[in-house]
Amino acid sequence: MATSLLTESVAYARRNLEHIRQVPEKLTNVTVQPLMFVLLFAYVFGGAIKVGGAGYKEYLIGGILIQTLGFAMMGPAMSIATDLQEGVIDRFRSLPVRRSAYLLGHFLAEMMGSILTIIVLLTTGFIVGWRTHASALHVIEALLLLLAFATAMIWLGLWLGILVRSPDAVMGIGFVIIFPITFISNAFVPIESMPSVLQWAASVNPVSVLIAAVRTLFGNPVSPVTKHVWPMDHPVASAWLYTIALIALGWVITQRRYRARTTD
Amino acid sequence: MHEESVHHTNSGGVTTAGLGKRFGDLWALRDLDLNVAAGTVLGLLGHNGAGKTTAIRILTTLCQPTEGSATVAGLDVVGKASQVRERIGVASQQATVDGLMTARLNLQIIGRLRGMSRATARQRGDQLLEQLDLTEFAGALVKTYSGGMRRRLDLAASLMGHPEVLFLDEPTTGLDPRSRGDLWQMLTELVRNGTTVILTTQYLEEADRMADDIVVLDHGRTVAHGTPTDLKARIGDDRLDVKVTTVDELAGAARSLSAFSDGEPTLDADLLTVTAPIRADVRVIDVVRALDEAGIDAVDISRRQATLDDVFLALTDGSRRVDDDTTTTTTAESGALVDSAASTTGRTSRTREV
Repeated sequence: MATSLLTESVAYARRNLEHIRQVPEKLTNVTVQPLMFVLLFAYVFGGAIKVGGAGYKEYLIGGILIQTLGFAMMGPAMSIATDLQEGVIDRFRSLPVRRSAYLLGHFLAEMMGSILTIIVLLTTGFIVGWRTHASALHVIEALLLLLAFATAMIWLGLWLGILVRSPDAVMGIGFVIIFPITFISNAFVPIESMPSVLQWAASVNPVSVLIAAVRTLFGNPVSPVTKHVWPMDHPVASAWLYTIALIALGWVITQRRYRARTTD
Repeated sequence: MHEESVHHTNSGGVTTAGLGKRFGDLWALRDLDLNVAAGTVLGLLGHNGAGKTTAIRILTTLCQPTEGSATVAGLDVVGKASQVRERIGVASQQATVDGLMTARLNLQIIGRLRGMSRATARQRGDQLLEQLDLTEFAGALVKTYSGGMRRRLDLAASLMGHPEVLFLDEPTTGLDPRSRGDLWQMLTELVRNGTTVILTTQYLEEADRMADDIVVLDHGRTVAHGTPTDLKARIGDDRLDVKVTTVDELAGAARSLSAFSDGEPTLDADLLTVTAPIRADVRVIDVVRALDEAGIDAVDISRRQATLDDVFLALTDGSRRVDDDTTTTTTAESGALVDSAASTTGRTSRTREV
């Protein structure tokens, strides 16, 4: 085949971007929504939450970044579930195009959304008073970690979208999974403020580890570890391990699900 | 077993041998044997659920056969799927164009996916939009399109790659008569230029008009296979429906019609209608006179083209209908068939009232 995988994927991604151009509201959950969360926690709840060091606004950003990128898995899930429900997938499957290009196209388009989310959040954070206190190298590592985590969540989102029967199911399932995982963590409050059982849950939660890693790399305040588990004691290394494992898992199960779903 | 040699002699066409597809316990398609020469049109005729779409899905590499084999443009649909995809165009039953994009962009993206350069994709897309009379709406979002326009765009999408073999799954369903005529004309041109076409349809008229060969499918099985002329010889040409006022008159009306008919008239007790296949030279006025002489109070007489239901009735002797549950076939005094299931069938063909 003369076409490269990249050309094919970009052609597919163009479709997703065109959808956003036609229905810009689709972008609100990766732009306006996280922005509202920053303002809400910075000015409404923040005053009541005590963290040490440079204060809550610097604590908050790491949490909101990971939480928003986690919720961003709903986007790819919705768009792929819609494609599969409509006949459009049959058209694509009857074209001489690599199977993985279709998934990669979705991934590329969603990745742009996630990059936009990161930019919006860091800019808003900067405006409300968030700053980094680390070397440029560490800040870059933090950004790379965020991109890697976004990658993992997009693949898991694509997997979810292929798994469910209809786009409507995505919202329900996504919410039920993502909501508790992101909130029972150190995203918005220090773990030490929780009851003991929840402290355990929050400490073994990979989301807490990722958030702690981002805060560490940005040089932002990190709440004390109360339940000592290895990942929480070594957040940066663990965050990378978790993320890479998630990307590998997401890639494999998505390809496999897609093959199963489109074979009959 | 099936002869392998068949598969290589038919390079631009389509062959299948013993093709079958099972979903769970149900055979959606069974023992399909085709040999479609390059540059000809095959019509797959059948009701919903007859296996038409399954056949198309296998041939277009969207689904794997459970048994048997198939080649498209000389290539095995399972083993050489990606090469098959380079040579085919598919317009499926659901319009598969993207509503949130313009027609032009829809085609361009398909062109790009087919490996065309940006310029070629745009050029080919515009050319097809022109051909299909969509240029005026090329920049409009497809979701604003009418059903007919969507269908035409879908056809354009399937033609982007200059396919050797074109598959059309019920291409004219939902089209108004004018768009239907336009589509037929366009297909005729494509075939003249050497494209092989496989189309599915529920309309006998369409198969008759477009196809060089017709395969009639019922419950996944081939119930008839031949040229339109062959099939017509078996099922007769037009149909005459005579509606009477009481059930008692049905048998008498059938007796009068027998004189003009080249088959057994069928009686429908629910609709109070007698239907008979009639010879081409029959004049309706003569039928009216005969009914009048017999003292039959016919309230309506109409001549129409045979429908798919008539075909099934003729090919299966009325013993087996598409909806087995609703079949109640009994023999009336005259020996003709009373078919109450006929009341559930649509009679949408051209009707001439007398």
